[in-house]
Amino acid sequence: MNLNLKVWRQQGGQSKGKFEEYSLENVSEEASFLEMLDALNEQLISKKEDPVAFDHDCREGICGMCSMTINGEPHGPEKATTTCQLHMRHFKDGETITIEPWRARAFPVLKDLVTDRSAFDSVMQAGGFITARTGSAVDANEIPIPKGVLDEAMDAAACIGCGACVAACPNASAMLFTGAKVSHLNSLPQGQAEKERRSILMVEAMDSAGFGGCTNVGACESVCPKTISLDVIAKLNRDYHVSSIKKIMRF
Amino acid sequence: MNLDSKIPEGPLSEKWSNHKFKMRLVNPSNRRKYKVIVVGSGLAGSSAASSLAEQGYNVSCFCYQDSPRRAHSIAAQGGINASKNYQNDGDSVHRLFYDTIKGGDYRSREANVYRLAEVSENIIDHCVAQGVPFAREYGGLLANRSFGGAQVSRTFYARGQTGQQLLLGAYSGLNRQIGLGKVKMHTRHEMLDLVIVEGHAKGIITRNLVTGAIDRHAADCVVLTTGGYGNVFYLSTNAQGCNVTATHRAYKKGAGFANPCYTQIHPTCIPVHGEDQSKLTLMSESLRNDGRVWVPKLSETAEKIRSGELDPNLVSEADRDYYLERKYPSFGNLAPRDISSRSAKEVCDEGLGVASSGLGVFLDFRDAIARDGEQAIRERYGNLFEMYNRITGEDPYKKPMMIFPAVHYTMGGLWVDYNLQSTIEGLFVGGEANFSDHGSNRLGASALMQGLADGYFVLPYTVGNYLGELGIDKAGSVTTSDPAFEAVEAEVKARIDRLLSIKGNRSARSLHKELGKIIWDYCGMARSEKGLREAIEKIQALKKEFWSNLSITGSASTLNIELERAGRVADFIEFGELMCRDALMREESCGGHFRIEHQTKEGEALRNDKDFAFVGVWGYNGDAKEPSLYKESLDFENVALATRSYK
Repeated sequence: MNLNLKVWRQQGGQSKGKFEEYSLENVSEEASFLEMLDALNEQLISKKEDPVAFDHDCREGICGMCSMTINGEPHGPEKATTTCQLHMRHFKDGETITIEPWRARAFPVLKDLVTDRSAFDSVMQAGGFITARTGSAVDANEIPIPKGVLDEAMDAAACIGCGACVAACPNASAMLFTGAKVSHLNSLPQGQAEKERRSILMVEAMDSAGFGGCTNVGACESVCPKTISLDVIAKLNRDYHVSSIKKIMRF
Repeated sequence: MNLDSKIPEGPLSEKWSNHKFKMRLVNPSNRRKYKVIVVGSGLAGSSAASSLAEQGYNVSCFCYQDSPRRAHSIAAQGGINASKNYQNDGDSVHRLFYDTIKGGDYRSREANVYRLAEVSENIIDHCVAQGVPFAREYGGLLANRSFGGAQVSRTFYARGQTGQQLLLGAYSGLNRQIGLGKVKMHTRHEMLDLVIVEGHAKGIITRNLVTGAIDRHAADCVVLTTGGYGNVFYLSTNAQGCNVTATHRAYKKGAGFANPCYTQIHPTCIPVHGEDQSKLTLMSESLRNDGRVWVPKLSETAEKIRSGELDPNLVSEADRDYYLERKYPSFGNLAPRDISSRSAKEVCDEGLGVASSGLGVFLDFRDAIARDGEQAIRERYGNLFEMYNRITGEDPYKKPMMIFPAVHYTMGGLWVDYNLQSTIEGLFVGGEANFSDHGSNRLGASALMQGLADGYFVLPYTVGNYLGELGIDKAGSVTTSDPAFEAVEAEVKARIDRLLSIKGNRSARSLHKELGKIIWDYCGMARSEKGLREAIEKIQALKKEFWSNLSITGSASTLNIELERAGRVADFIEFGELMCRDALMREESCGGHFRIEHQTKEGEALRNDKDFAFVGVWGYNGDAKEPSLYKESLDFENVALATRSYK
């Protein structure tokens, strides 16, 4: 198939970006979206032009590195699919495809489609862990965990940290991301000791990293490649408020 | 080259305890005076960095990705082994040790493998304490599944995302230490060389991948946990960024490289679709529990299937060759990875392949669906079938899946002693980057175990021992103003300038693709003396082509994806030659290394224990000279060497 591509090009964080148009011929329907971009880059290199920079790594939908908005949708048109697993058979011959980076204040553009998502790491560093020093653990079967509790924790833990939820949200809120980690850890018996502290610290870190507030739009859930449910936001709200009240009452 | 493995005295089961007791300790208040560099943030790197920081050392950790959470350990699907014996089915430390030695085709070091089996239980305990959501039964206790090469159920798993959950666990421990200020994390940084001061590894030179800045980092020792070199094949199941640069640079600075020819080719991957393909996707080995592998008996039938003229479902039972069941009746479709892969290659070489490229065999669930019902199969493999459908656009419930082998893991790596220290003092190597535990073939669910064993339970002890031996007066004594840093930094910069100054016509990707084809054709599933000699010549020619016709646009002082790629490809080209040399030297077939000259009448691997029960370690002698081979002989005191049989 032949395609027209409108790709966001931006030299660096401080420079102004704009869309550039390219035409690409003979794209295989079997190719993945990123392989299509590889072909575009080979074409650019052969003309001694600067290839399009984009983040990608595992190309099997699990590392969370790939991050682009395709025709206005983070990760493109397919449900529960990262950009790297999106295949060209979902596009039409002659179609014009618009490709942009994640747009969010907390994710500044570094170059072309590459953004800085270290704000996510800072949220995790604030409380996205259970304090368990190496060597201090009890036997793994010491504390039984009901299967239902475990399954819910696993659903939340499936988040790949790609940031599509933030890119889709009109407020650029990171509630789905933060909620997923808080739900995962707060639901497990091992996570109880730090539950309150974790809820408060992660929300504070999220706010100070420049993410917006949640107004229950739900766009995050619909673009999430791992189908993380909005329930995690409800759980985060509950744990955060309960923790905040407890903190005040202790004064 | 000194290859003293430093295996402690005493019976196998007491070696590690005795060794730990004899180690030098560093007083808790003195630990903060030392600094350790950890390169790579996968399972081994994240766990080592966080555990060392917990002990009180100052750690700097580096990764090329935008976050430590993206390291390729994340893509492991199946599970992690441990000798917990929660299933009461006869597992023990000794059995896990034995299975690993046998699975590795008797080419690994007994003492290291025993220690791996010993600490495997602590890994599971620790991961559960961190909140890793391993699968559980209704009673709330941990569930297990079976994996290839073992007759006990010892694999712990978190759905099909075990690697992800384990890495996120290690990442959470790392995050805690970053938050506490004990680990300084450097993301989007690539190590470009190692700095050695008076014979000891004392630092690294990195490139900031966003700004292009070349920086010096000094420490009291360096830990490399930079993964394997599967991308030397261009197409593999590895992530795009996985590379050999860190370990290859260390090799060029004097570290011995062990067994580079030991590579694992996984039998169940989705076949290649065309020239533009960048990556191969693995389908879990568990599919072979119910899927039957076959090709048509006649090449005419295969041809009709390839051209789309014939629906494979219409091929009669009599015209199908279930070749694994035929050749290995007792293991059938669950024959080990190396054997299954090679058999698929053989039938495709005979023109019986069924994918449009000719390189693919069927993995058919028709009989399993008829026997157990579609619902049962959906429950077992639903997510994998979905993934297959997403990538190929075909429905495996209706049409047999197509699979073909792909490069998946590399057993070779930098040589390390029992302390995981390389031949360079103060340079430690963990995880897939070292060679130590899997011999010539790795068993399923053992890579995660080894990465975490190294990072959580071995390196924190042996690094501490090394620092203790250095003495507190040496702590922090080497700084980046040492002339060694200036010299290595100048080399790194000169190499980048050289890459940018070629101004030829070929992209790094096209050269990488060409290298991959050479390695796959001559140093893949079946290797021969003639082929390997040809490959070495072709790689040398390719190296010339690379350094005279490479094209990179842009500059070194910005984010430049082509410059990054070119540096890695340059190292892969040199490394590919070393790999072929190693394969040429090893005149036997063992595990993942199959030399066609060395096979039984039935076409099975023929090991030569008399002449080749050693670790082949290569020492660098300069670009113009051939590397030297050094040998560490493998002594088996606790297991008897036997021929693997899966008939």
